[in-house]
Amino acid sequence: MLRYVIRRLFQAIPLLFLISIILFVLMQNMGDPLATLGGRQVTRSEDRQRLARQLGLDKPVHVQYLYWLVGNDWTKMDLDGDGVPETPGRRKGVLRGDFGVSLVAKRPVVEVIWDRLPNTLLLMGTTELVILVGALVIGMYSALRQYSFLDHLVTAISFIGYSMPIFFVALLSMYIFSVNFKRWGLPYLPTVGMFDPNVGKTPGQIALHMVLPVFSLSFIYFAAYSRYIRSAMLEVLSQDYIRTARAKGLPRPTIVFVHALKNASLPIVTIVGLDLPFLLAGAIVTERIFAWPGMGRLFIDHVSRGDTPVVMGILMMIAVAVVIFQILTDIVYAWLDPRIRYE
Amino acid sequence: MRAETTIPAWTFLEEAEAPPLTLWELFWRRFRRHKMALFGLVVLSLLVLYSLGGSLFFTESYANHTDTGIRLQPPSREHPFGTDTVGRDILARTIYGGQISLLIGLTAMLVEVLIGVAIGALAGYYGGWLDSLLMRFTEAMLNIPQLFLLLVMAKFFGGKVPNIVLFGRTFSGSVVVIVLIIGATSWMYLARIVRAEFLSIKEREFILAARAAGTPTGQIIFQHILPNAIAPIIVAATLGVANAITLEAYISFLGLGVQPPTATWGNMLEGAYNYIETAPWLWIFPGTLIVLTVLSINFVGDGLRDALDPRSLAR
Repeated sequence: MLRYVIRRLFQAIPLLFLISIILFVLMQNMGDPLATLGGRQVTRSEDRQRLARQLGLDKPVHVQYLYWLVGNDWTKMDLDGDGVPETPGRRKGVLRGDFGVSLVAKRPVVEVIWDRLPNTLLLMGTTELVILVGALVIGMYSALRQYSFLDHLVTAISFIGYSMPIFFVALLSMYIFSVNFKRWGLPYLPTVGMFDPNVGKTPGQIALHMVLPVFSLSFIYFAAYSRYIRSAMLEVLSQDYIRTARAKGLPRPTIVFVHALKNASLPIVTIVGLDLPFLLAGAIVTERIFAWPGMGRLFIDHVSRGDTPVVMGILMMIAVAVVIFQILTDIVYAWLDPRIRYE
Repeated sequence: MRAETTIPAWTFLEEAEAPPLTLWELFWRRFRRHKMALFGLVVLSLLVLYSLGGSLFFTESYANHTDTGIRLQPPSREHPFGTDTVGRDILARTIYGGQISLLIGLTAMLVEVLIGVAIGALAGYYGGWLDSLLMRFTEAMLNIPQLFLLLVMAKFFGGKVPNIVLFGRTFSGSVVVIVLIIGATSWMYLARIVRAEFLSIKEREFILAARAAGTPTGQIIFQHILPNAIAPIIVAATLGVANAITLEAYISFLGLGVQPPTATWGNMLEGAYNYIETAPWLWIFPGTLIVLTVLSINFVGDGLRDALDPRSLAR
């Protein structure tokens, strides 16, 4: 097992290199980094040239990629443009944990992302939990009561939820639970932000502000997950060993939760493990609508301003997360099903 | 089934002598059993009729006509769907926006199928280093969340394509950009499906026979293997249309998609969340149209999957 994990990690390295190269090439045309950096101040062409040399933008793409990857503190840069490199570089490169400095915030990228990451993790972790628990309850219920009214209802809703763009669910839920509830004099939910500035950042406020985004996000995945759990459970429930367990008189909860659920959870683990990092990423639209200060909003804000170091940093972090979750999924898989051996 | 016992024996004889069903008839027989798929097909036809037929009643210049004097008016007799932030008629804009949204869905799907089939076929047929190279690339693309990749590419190619004049109408160049980048970021699953099909089909005897008869490689790929792999491609392509329409809505919603004055259902929603309280008609109409379209395409795709699957019973 350990050897398998190590091998998978080694296989991931070229993949991540490939991803970083694709992204780096795409970053070349994200806008004018110099304009982003200088705001309205830098207009003189000699200033622009000096800045370009400082950022290493005068170098060809492959050299820029090298600097991004391993840094440039081992070489000297030519800052005054006389053709003689004299100033030692200061960047350490991504491999040593230096993602550069944000052009907008003028702070290290790692810091900028670190500010937002907990917010996204909080929102998405809660969402994933809600989805899983809810989908397990619904999925198992409709598997045990196949073709019942609720089963058909869930099938119908699952298709609608699956077809709904997240922004429509979000707008609709805001309209119903916030705007109309307020109009009708009912207690209404807050729509934007993470907390009411008049009250402060208390856990209660954050929880209250999380209700709508979590609801919107889980509505879409709920349906699909519960269908998945339903079919996995149905498949397991028709197996011989379930009949055997029933025949020898085991109590029903033991059969359902111990015998059936453990075996049905194999495909569920796959879908959760592969979806989780994408769920983290899928927050772009949700965070934008609900003005949640997370990574998704950070990303869209900095893409539109052409802040390449931050954009690159976020994307690479997500790519690493995806790879790690794939490996974790495989490990959990082997743990759940002893028949699976990785060699 | 109940009437079976009462049918006299000669009807079976006649049925046995009737000409065999064509592939199309077989397919239609299975497809129409899927009630939701038929429903989806009807709704989809109505939506196409709405966005194409609607242009007989409104001109495009009317849809793009701004009059800030009547901005943000609620639905009325004159403007059944209300007016938007610069006083454009939302009904007319959903009609012309629908044309563009559906067009983007279809063309982006074509781009997706082209890339996906090409990469999947090459990897599956030739195997070896080409296969591992292409599949690593596919995997790399899959590891970056699609929306992120789309936004980066929208920024990369944005503003590079000039406006296009076609049939006397001006299309924003961003439409072409959106189509290309949606196609370029959605082909990965299709490529994997096609590759898997090619891997299994190329080992069959009839391919061996074709090769032994000296059939050129191109002919083997396109005339012998591809038609046998067409069913999963059609299903994936259908769902791809729905996906492309949703993605267009996402990036347009985020403001990096199709640029005004060209309307799409997606960019009509841009900024609508600022008016969630005061002007809900801004987002309810285009949003509902998107949901209806995507829902009905998904139903049709589901029906196609059942109808085209040779393992499902031919009833």
